[in-house]
Amino acid sequence: MSKKKRSYIEFLYILPFILLVGVFSYFPLYGWVYAFHDFVPPKPISSETYVGFKWFISLFSNPVKTADVIRVMRNTLAMSGISLLFSWFPMIFAVFLNEIKSKPYRKFVQTATTLPNFISWVLVFSIAFHVFGSNGAVNKVLQDLGVITEPISFLKSSDHVWFRMWLWLTWKNAGWAAIMYLAAIAGIDEQMIEAAKVDGATRMKVIWHIIIPCILPTYFVIVMLNIASFLSNGMEQYYVFQNDFNRDWIEVLDLYVYNYATAGRGNYPLATAISILKSIVSIFLLTGANTASKLIRGESFI
Amino acid sequence: MTEKAYAATDKSMGKNNKHAKKIQRTAGDYVISFITYVVYAFFAFVCVYPFYYIIINSISANNLSDSGKVIFYPMEIHFTNYKNLANIPGLSNAAYISVMRTVIGTVLIVIVAAFLGYMFTRETLWKRKFWYRFVVATMYFNAGVIPWYLTMRLLGLTNNFWGYIFPMVVQPFYIILCKTYCESVPKELQEAAEIDGAGTMRVFWQIMLPVIKPILATIAIFAAVAHWNSFQDTLLLMTDEKLFTLQFQLYQYINRASSLKALVNSSTSSSAAAAILAQAATATSIRMTVTVVVVLPVMMIYPFFQRFFTKGIMIGAVKG
Repeated sequence: MSKKKRSYIEFLYILPFILLVGVFSYFPLYGWVYAFHDFVPPKPISSETYVGFKWFISLFSNPVKTADVIRVMRNTLAMSGISLLFSWFPMIFAVFLNEIKSKPYRKFVQTATTLPNFISWVLVFSIAFHVFGSNGAVNKVLQDLGVITEPISFLKSSDHVWFRMWLWLTWKNAGWAAIMYLAAIAGIDEQMIEAAKVDGATRMKVIWHIIIPCILPTYFVIVMLNIASFLSNGMEQYYVFQNDFNRDWIEVLDLYVYNYATAGRGNYPLATAISILKSIVSIFLLTGANTASKLIRGESFI
Repeated sequence: MTEKAYAATDKSMGKNNKHAKKIQRTAGDYVISFITYVVYAFFAFVCVYPFYYIIINSISANNLSDSGKVIFYPMEIHFTNYKNLANIPGLSNAAYISVMRTVIGTVLIVIVAAFLGYMFTRETLWKRKFWYRFVVATMYFNAGVIPWYLTMRLLGLTNNFWGYIFPMVVQPFYIILCKTYCESVPKELQEAAEIDGAGTMRVFWQIMLPVIKPILATIAIFAAVAHWNSFQDTLLLMTDEKLFTLQFQLYQYINRASSLKALVNSSTSSSAAAAILAQAATATSIRMTVTVVVVLPVMMIYPFFQRFFTKGIMIGAVKG
């Protein structure tokens, strides 16, 4: 068998999977044309339905839609902003967890705090629904302690939604995110820490002058990834937690696109137009963060 | 006393009283240790208690759990709720769908990741670099929910079990993991097999697959958890109740009080213990019991596979 022929045959082996990628990842991009048409689902698009940038313009010319977009952007930026602001938490969590001398205890804490990462948002919501419900543990304990007299409806309220969403996100992810830092800490040269201790450095000093600087590059990558996905908070968490009380404060961009497309007589073109704008901004954020990473650390993360 | 002088005396004191200083430091250490132990105990509690709470409530007397009496330990333990699960319409079917998609989906993801990871290390592959990038690039963009939905509808994958499977088969990230792992396998191994006359496929099945097993175990866990937890695809693609997954059914039970009432009645009337208040199904008891059922598989496999989890994220961190 000639080498050339063999290389084609090998390509044939992977062709089915290349086709799958093409169909499920690349072909949907063609759907972006719907944003430029007056598209009402069963009817196919044609040159007659072409409306150019009508939907894009309507986002900014129609006051109702503009208000919607501003509200949704506010929520998106706030939630991503809070996440970014507290993105150091898993790192600090890992640093002090590493200070625990008892290995079984450390393992236990790690196992316990990583568990929530592996359950779905629906389950998180179910847990929230029961633990924070009006007859749930939190309300009962607070009532028994005399802190409150009437149960608080934690879930059916718009108070501090952004922060509460961050808390759930952290509850779910922090233990898992800490693993990466723990690995980075394990990679620090033991001699460096020993030398510092011989010179009289306290534990806090070792943490501050050796451990933190050593794991800062890992943290930097996480921050860059955070920035790159600033507009994409995903919709699942917000979808399960949304209700009539908090919708104005919880609807992020991804959720809004879904809600808008499915509510009432769904407007597919407009929702698609929003997706497109989001994608364009996201690409800029990704390349921007990547360039920043190249400039500061000398390596890209893509 | 100037600062400099103070520092000097401090230093000399340290030299002279090494013993005293050591004790002082351990005292400081002791305080820090104590605080960290307490704080981490709190974190661990916050993460574990909600699971414990749901579990003890699902086995306690239903009238007590309904009024929020069960907080720290189970009361009047009974397992009627679990027996009643069989009476909840749609639940066993949802479990079947969830298990099927997890099993079929995971097997496909793992085999395809292994195969493509291996193929992308073969220099003979036609336009290898291009096709590798073609696959990996999909990690960084997304057409959006609506174009994706319309594509799925065009392909007839809405209200179709395979709509759960096909879109998830090719996972670029797992392919990267497999490729990296394959590259660490000595080339001589493949070459020796090829000299002995083994073809591309045979090298894959008989040489590479056994060698890369450790990474496949990691991928299998991740893929299985992803399939089991998947919720959004049911939401977008499926309207046929026969295709609902456990995750989706649970969400329905929590959010649709009206449909739950019917469930409560149907599961109670067919239960012999209907008259006993403590064992009659309530909305809360059904929700909590279903929650336990959905969460249990993950909790069961989780401690055993923790080392795989750690390994997975480490390799990911190196590549990412």
